[in-house]
Amino acid sequence: MIRLRGRAIYRGKARGLALVSPVPIGFLGGVDAETGRVIEVGHPLEGECIAGRVLVFPTGKGSTVGSYTLYRLAKVGKAPAAIINARSEAIVAVGAIMAGIPMVDSVDITQIHTGDIVEVDGEDITVG
Amino acid sequence: MMPLTEEEQAMLAGTQGPAVQKAMQMIVALAEIYGAQGLVPIVSAQVAGVSYKNLGDAGLEFLEEWAAQGARVRVPTFMNPAGMDLERWQEMGIAPKFARQQQRIIQALMTMGVALTCTCTPYLVGYAPHQGDHLAWSESSAVSFANSVLGARSNREGGPSALAAAITGRTAAYGLHVSENRRATHVIEVHCPLCSEADYGALGYLVGKSVGDGVPYFRFLAQPPVSSQTRGELRLEHLMALGAAMAASGAVALYHIEGVTPEASYALSPAGELPVVSITDITEGYIALDSPLDEIDFVSLGCPHSTLADIEKAAALLEGKRVKATLWITTSRAIREVAEQRGLVARIEATGGKVFSDTCLVVAPVEERGFRAMATNSAKAAFYSPMHSKLQCRFGSLEQCIQAALSGRWTGEGRNLKT
Repeated sequence: MIRLRGRAIYRGKARGLALVSPVPIGFLGGVDAETGRVIEVGHPLEGECIAGRVLVFPTGKGSTVGSYTLYRLAKVGKAPAAIINARSEAIVAVGAIMAGIPMVDSVDITQIHTGDIVEVDGEDITVG
Repeated sequence: MMPLTEEEQAMLAGTQGPAVQKAMQMIVALAEIYGAQGLVPIVSAQVAGVSYKNLGDAGLEFLEEWAAQGARVRVPTFMNPAGMDLERWQEMGIAPKFARQQQRIIQALMTMGVALTCTCTPYLVGYAPHQGDHLAWSESSAVSFANSVLGARSNREGGPSALAAAITGRTAAYGLHVSENRRATHVIEVHCPLCSEADYGALGYLVGKSVGDGVPYFRFLAQPPVSSQTRGELRLEHLMALGAAMAASGAVALYHIEGVTPEASYALSPAGELPVVSITDITEGYIALDSPLDEIDFVSLGCPHSTLADIEKAAALLEGKRVKATLWITTSRAIREVAEQRGLVARIEATGGKVFSDTCLVVAPVEERGFRAMATNSAKAAFYSPMHSKLQCRFGSLEQCIQAALSGRWTGEGRNLKT
């Protein structure tokens, strides 16, 4: 079991299977707001569903309107259980707050692998 | 944890209701992410993310929910362009469903107290800030103009964060709110003369590519930037085009022009040499933005929104003729109203052209109109439209664009630049 401590961007408790992207995620046009599937062509997570997963990626990218995509995902029950970033930026942070998705950043995300069971509680993360 | 005032802590704790709490959570999170020393009261906010084309149902739902929770702005706050002329959308060929959803977005924003300006040029219609004012503006060309030409202080906020700032009356004090960050990072020496707004746009495209999110300091060496009655005169429209282009091809939110802009005299730090970018030719900018198209079926002027002077110029060039291509001149409703009172709208529309307000090419769903080839005098529009609207374009001066509207062809006539 690994314990990591980051910085809480939106405090909350969540548990789920990790889905790790080695590259940034853009939500507007990158994730389908109705199904939670990654639709960006050529993205390492293309075709994966982020619903209920602990979504781990370095940082956000793309249009600021992507915040609303996270909100919509939460509304239709397809949001990730939690978000962990190496370094957060405005789009994902604002979206997580809108959507009420627990979010932590300043984390060494190389410690987390797809399929790990991850628990988020405030700024604390437990892997495995 | 950075210091918050008692009132700010109360907002964060939810004592002013859930809508204010959510807004404050966003502002505080952004302050922490960007290492702000604290929050700063703002004088005004400008909210981008108004068009249904960009917001979609997700954004619409969020705005309606926030409004229903009691979110209300506490400083003057104004809207960026919407996806259509709110009154004449049918003439634009907008689908009724789009129009309905767009009206709901406008309604939600108005419920929160956001003014129905629908423009990227709020500084032309009564919302010009003073030097040193802190703002939370979001449309990139408006942010650039407010920072650079007016000396106010704004980061390029996201649509939601600008709204959160309006609801709390504060924003995070980092980036361009801090004096040290307003100094130049690059010196740009421009050795070629520039004439049209398209020339300034082409220059802005090149500089934005080169400096990214830096702060360029311009020296115009081939001509005095401000001299009256000459072709080299630096007009308001030139500054708008320059800033808009740099904010599109790069992320420039502040620039200085030697002897012109208000902070230029102290923008160069006394210590340390800055990298110098020397520009002797803007042709590269034209090559990047201009596609070799002959037939033109759509001409779009007004990105940023047209000034009254440009509408006057267009009316004079069109006088007594008939357009072959679809011509849209987009502007704010305030400027359109003045243009209407002066008979300019009637003169332009008698030729078959349209003067639309509240919207622009970049945020309207023009891809649904099936246009094949566009001409524009906006480097920003030329940069975005292949991506946003799947339209290839010709890029040139207002005069060239009007020629293209009249003939349906791009002839290069009216080209008033050197090279």
